[in-house]
Amino acid sequence: MAWLHTWCGLVVGWVLFFVFVTGTAGYFTYEITRWMEPERPLQGAAPRYDNGALALVAMDRLQQVAPSAEFWSITLPHQSLANRQWVDFSISWETMPLEGHEHGVWGSERLDPVSGNLRTGIEPRETGGGSLLYRMHYALHYIDYQIAYRIVGACTMLMLLAMVTGVITHKKIFKDFFTFRPGKGQRSWLDAHNVISVMALPFFLMITYSGLVFFYSTYMPAGIAAIYGTDDQARGRYFDDLFGHHSHEAVTRPSASVPAMIAQAENAWGEGQVRSVMVMHDSGEEPFVEIARVQGSKLRFFDGETLRFHVHSGELLPPEPEDAVVRKTQEVILALHEGRFAEPWLRWLYFLAGVLGAGMIGTGLVLWTVKRRRSHEATGGHFGLRLVEALNVATIAGLPAGVAAYFWANRLLPVEMAERANWEANVLFLIWGEALLYAFFRDTRKAWVELLWLAAAAYALLPVVNVLTTDKHLGVTVPAGDWVLAGFDLTMLGLGLAFAYMALKVRRVWLKKRVQVSGATRNRPLAEAT
Amino acid sequence: MMTSFSDTARYRWRVASRVLAAVVGGYALTSVVTVLLALLWPLPKAEAVLASSMLSFALYAGVLVWIFAARRLRVVWLGLILATAVCAGLSWLLLPGGGA
Repeated sequence: MAWLHTWCGLVVGWVLFFVFVTGTAGYFTYEITRWMEPERPLQGAAPRYDNGALALVAMDRLQQVAPSAEFWSITLPHQSLANRQWVDFSISWETMPLEGHEHGVWGSERLDPVSGNLRTGIEPRETGGGSLLYRMHYALHYIDYQIAYRIVGACTMLMLLAMVTGVITHKKIFKDFFTFRPGKGQRSWLDAHNVISVMALPFFLMITYSGLVFFYSTYMPAGIAAIYGTDDQARGRYFDDLFGHHSHEAVTRPSASVPAMIAQAENAWGEGQVRSVMVMHDSGEEPFVEIARVQGSKLRFFDGETLRFHVHSGELLPPEPEDAVVRKTQEVILALHEGRFAEPWLRWLYFLAGVLGAGMIGTGLVLWTVKRRRSHEATGGHFGLRLVEALNVATIAGLPAGVAAYFWANRLLPVEMAERANWEANVLFLIWGEALLYAFFRDTRKAWVELLWLAAAAYALLPVVNVLTTDKHLGVTVPAGDWVLAGFDLTMLGLGLAFAYMALKVRRVWLKKRVQVSGATRNRPLAEAT
Repeated sequence: MMTSFSDTARYRWRVASRVLAAVVGGYALTSVVTVLLALLWPLPKAEAVLASSMLSFALYAGVLVWIFAARRLRVVWLGLILATAVCAGLSWLLLPGGGA
């Protein structure tokens, strides 16, 4: 099992490292996006509105723009836990489908909560934001997403296998957890790899398995194909069976008082707890108004609390039947992966676990080269080893520098630039690619130190770049108490320090040893003393 | 010299064969077991498919460990082919419009 573990890990290590880095950033998607759109205002105190009056304004507007609709949806201004920010007043709808069409046309408008007119929002700079980083962790970049899903899926499956075989290899897994022998070369790398892997093993198993479950119908289509069929319609039938399918009748303006319904919900849940109002009419059922509570109290995040009222009588209707157990199981698995329910501390724990994941992969990759370097240095170099070493430095030190460069690009590229968001991403990959070239032609140990310093500088200087290019820097955000924006800058400083520490450490261990080692230790094989 | 070369070559072929068994044979076996499980699971059709599909990755991991842990390559291939054929046959019998 040991060699299976080694080779599974090596083949997919770099892709997985990329997936872990971008996916870990994904736990702060919305915070990153806010930082990358500095035109948006600082977070202020939440204003209070009369939600009942807003609902009436919204319905007036919906009657005008969507007289024949499958649903009306009104988002009331609220502090959202789904995307961890203030969500403004808006309406959306879907028109009734035309003859022969399955879906109508979806539309939305942002409304001003004071005047009721259309709201002209701030137009932030064009950016991929946190969501582009997040998307990369399952859809990669530059590649057709259907192909990318499968590449990431195959790598994920190999990671699952690497973990299972890793556990099988380590019979003394408990003892290994408490073993760290620093300063002993290969043995230290092995201990580090073991400690990191065992520490967050439950997280790694969860994140890997749930990642596969996200795309189960792509990765394991056999069940659906054999039982329903392979064409799109058959898949549609499967999902209709699973989620329940309703056809809808056009909605009409509720004659019962919607403000009264909202008041009832606010009584039950507390003020500021109403998120949205939906008007809908499933064919063959009573038309209803559904008041939804701000999400967040549950692990199964999207299964939020709702109250349903009859459109005309205003009577409370029975709630929707609960999801079947299998669906609930799937929802929990996906919820654990996404961690939307996580409050700040738990969110940081997710982040830490993600960093440990990158650490597990990184130490594993380095271990592979350290193990082989000794024998190959004696025989004078080997292309495979050289390639793995270069890919390791470029990915473990160069990719994080590339992510920092993505943020630099957000601040430095001209705001009116065409294809601006694409260029932000291009900068990330240019830096990563250049790191690879550099690592290939430079002495590996020197490349490690230099690229780690590059990453350290790229992160540590970001708050400085922010001061020079925007008015949303630490000098403003800390006094204003905007901890999302301040937190981003501080985290970048922290990452800068972490990379600087690694650079110092690597320099001390790898560069100095080469000078002092000769003669000092007679027992060591000659090759190491070169 | 000659023997050592052919030894390496043989070793490489054996590894390649095992990898092929894992990627193609193991995946095929997991697929048919997933179908069979979905047919046997006493749940509404779509939920049974979802349940067995979600389990399939654990199954595949188990199958892969077996493929690489088994001592004899011939046993691996024979086992894969036999198990796949049996599960496929049973699924075919259970499928509406199949043999049963």
